[in-house]
Parts: sequence; C-alpha cells; structure tokens
Amino acid sequence: MELKTKIHAEDGRQDLIIVRKFDLPVSLLFMAYEKPEYVEQWMGTKVLKLENKAHGGYRFKTTDPMGNKHNFHGTIHEFVPNQKITRTFEMAGFPAQLEFLEFTSESAKKSKLSMHILYRSVEIRDQILQLPFAQGLNMAHNRLQNALNSLKTL
Amino acid sequence: MKVRRDVFQAIADPTRRAILLLVTTQSLTAGAIAANFDTARPTVSKHLQILTECELLSQEQQGREIHYHLNAQKLKSVADFIEPFRQMWDDRFNRLEAIMKNHQPNQ
Repeated sequence: MELKTKIHAEDGRQDLIIVRKFDLPVSLLFMAYEKPEYVEQWMGTKVLKLENKAHGGYRFKTTDPMGNKHNFHGTIHEFVPNQKITRTFEMAGFPAQLEFLEFTSESAKKSKLSMHILYRSVEIRDQILQLPFAQGLNMAHNRLQNALNSLKTL
Repeated sequence: MKVRRDVFQAIADPTRRAILLLVTTQSLTAGAIAANFDTARPTVSKHLQILTECELLSQEQQGREIHYHLNAQKLKSVADFIEPFRQMWDDRFNRLEAIMKNHQPNQ
C-alpha cells in the first residue's frame, strides 16, 4: 500500500521534504492554507493573525490535549495563490525554520503539496522529528496518571 | 492506519520489549518465549498477538510448530523515530482533505 504522506529525511542533513497527494483540486488545497477558518480546523489551532502576502506575518496559538498553550509564528516571504508559499516558522523553544511550500495540480480533482523545511542544524531537525514520539509517550503517561488519580478519588 | 500507531503502543510495554529482545538472535516458539517470563501463558500469547498484528513479529510454520521471528525492517522504521512525525502530518492532511471535500463553492 502506498502511503499518502511521505517524508524524505536523509541522515546528517538539516532539511527534510514532506510530500502529500490530495484528492482535491489545487484551488481547494490552497484555500486550506489561505483561509483562517480552514487553517483553524485542520491544524487544530487558533489563528490570531494571518496576512497572506509578501512581508506579511502570522501567529497561531494551540492548546494541546493536556491544556498547555503553544505559540507559533512566522513571516511570509512569497505568496502565489495555487502555487507557492515561502515562509519562516518558529515555535517556542526552537530556532526559526524556513519552509518552501509548493502546490501542484495533478488533474482537475487531484493535487500535490511538497513542503521543503530547512532547520538551523542537523541536531535541531532530529529533535523536531522526535517530538511527536516524545509527546506520544508523554500522553500515554498522562492518561495513566489520570486513570490512577481517578482511582484514588473513589 | 491504526496499525501504524499501534507499533508505538507495542514497544511502550516492557514485556513486549523483552520479547522483541529474545527473538533478535533466533526465531522461537510461543512456548520457548513464555518460558522466559513469570507471567501466565495466555498473557504472553496476548503480547505475541499484539506484536504480530503490528508486524513487529512474523509467524513461520516449521513442521507442527509456529516460530516467531523479528521483523527487523519494521523495527528499524520505529527506531528512526520518523514514523510518528509522518503520522502526525498524515493525520493533519487527512483532516485537511476531509474538511475541504465538504467545502461548498459559493457560485
């Protein structure tokens, strides 16, 4: 079975590429990045600011399942509807990263997104790659803790 | 897709990690694996079932016996930590696709 989302991350490099094919026309795919109400839905975040133009900025605020707040922000360098977005992205605790998003139409109903991300160093890239793994363990731990706490109150 | 997530749940359990360690050098029967643990046989069977379902272990019929051996390729995909990152993006993009499919054009 072919995976819909692919990650190309070579050892010892400070960049990676995420490629995803969508059963959507490229215009709808792009709209998911352009309209704050859609960004909020699929990213599961709150959009505080989103200026879709060169020199524009954006700010997102996300609350994770444990109730912790995370801030994300960046600057938009290029914004070409249905084709590309070049932007910086920064999350608290990590250096800024550079992102090249390319939107391609594959047919009237199919499109492709390629996201090339450059990190400050190989170490930072590998740390960020491992975040979901660490969070997964954390969440499992927290669920266990919650289950134990609820037992105590019985 | 659910199976992929389960790989990480599978290796989060200490008994299952110990089982994987046992079969790194040789394939073993369920009985031989169970002999290494104090836990009840059905418990070990359950662990073996989970590890087989998420493809970390493969079963091989040898005569009347079923041997379990490690699927090293699968474990490697876990070891390099990329899979949860990929899964995170895959979940996001699946959501994006579902939401945008429901989009009704205004015209």
